[in-house]
Amino acid sequence: MLTATDLACVRGDRRLFSGLGFTLEPGAWIYLTGENGSGKTSLLRILVGLSPAEAGEIRWQGSAIGRLGDEYRKAVTYLGHHNALKEELTARENLCTGAAMAGINLDAGRADALLGSVGLAGREELPARFLSQGQKRRVALARLLWSESPLWILDEPFVALDVAAVAWLAATLAGHLAAGGMAILTSHQEVLIEGSTMQTLRLAA
Amino acid sequence: MNAFGVLSAVVRRDLLVALRRKSEVLTSLFFFVIVASLFPLGIGSEMDLLRKIAPGVLWVAALLAAMLSLNRLFANDHADGTLEQMALSPVPLGLLVSGKILAHWLVAGLPLVLIAPLLGLQYDLSPRALLVLVISLLLGTPLLSLIGAIGAALTLGVRGGGVLVSLLTLPLYIPALIFGAGAVEADISGLGAAGHLSLLAALLTLAVFFAPWATTAALKIALE
Repeated sequence: MLTATDLACVRGDRRLFSGLGFTLEPGAWIYLTGENGSGKTSLLRILVGLSPAEAGEIRWQGSAIGRLGDEYRKAVTYLGHHNALKEELTARENLCTGAAMAGINLDAGRADALLGSVGLAGREELPARFLSQGQKRRVALARLLWSESPLWILDEPFVALDVAAVAWLAATLAGHLAAGGMAILTSHQEVLIEGSTMQTLRLAA
Repeated sequence: MNAFGVLSAVVRRDLLVALRRKSEVLTSLFFFVIVASLFPLGIGSEMDLLRKIAPGVLWVAALLAAMLSLNRLFANDHADGTLEQMALSPVPLGLLVSGKILAHWLVAGLPLVLIAPLLGLQYDLSPRALLVLVISLLLGTPLLSLIGAIGAALTLGVRGGGVLVSLLTLPLYIPALIFGAGAVEADISGLGAAGHLSLLAALLTLAVFFAPWATTAALKIALE
């Protein structure tokens, strides 16, 4: 369970939001909306622990995330605006090294299988710079398939994806939530995840 | 996956990237070769003078060459989001950073060590002095990578970071330069290089423990 109380964020001399709070239970997800510049990405970066909040507190299973450290980082998978792919490495190498840096051993066979399920079969050996934006996003999203984290925090995961990939991601999210996972995501398009509890959190600019 | 597995995965990744982006790797090596070769050409064939300036010139050239590639140590990972993922990984960031520094040394430091004896021949150094030069660089270049990593992390995302990183790290390189070049000089003048080399090794040991920690702290600030 993730609880946020009284969060505030200041960027420069602008107060993006204050007094923000929510509780996220297993099996539920938060749909974070708001105009451009309303602080969605800032909020997500605070929630994963990359940036400190101006005020307020975030608790994971009852303990403050700053104190949990590695334990919280193990529980969260974050996907930001950037895909965290190396242009020089192939899709397979990107997936394997990405997992290794999170301390998870992913062999080439398993990586190929995961790439197949995100619709990149036959592109495993292609350097990432030859992939299209949507394909790069798919490789980045394949990280969700090896992740063992209960909490997924995704910043605009649907950007650049085609209809089939959007459906795949919605189904993956539905599976994750059905298994007791949690998710927080931002998107500018309508997101439908079947059979799940959704909370909408709207940031006013 | 254990700590060693993670470390080797990071090193392998960075080496693979460097291997496929050859021009960047070769830049610092060619810089070293050219700078070290310019001096004998400019000064002429006065063997005594060349022998005298050799340790200083070779060490300064190595130092500048190692610094050329510092900007890229974290900048690419920062730009493509990999650094965020590293910071959010349950694996300690210090371990991942150590892997990156080790890879930087293998790409930018080790080639300088290997080519140094060949360049030393242009300065008429004795085989013994060449050996001391190689040992001093072998101890000194990892030190340059470790100290440089702190500077690279501190200037990450700063406009004009390229110049700033030089201003920040060059003064910190001075001890390495003094003891490194000093070792070769001491050997040439018959004083024995052991003292200088021991001090260099002590500095390296100190840096191995503290530099990754300081770099990690600087990176966390840069990511905020």
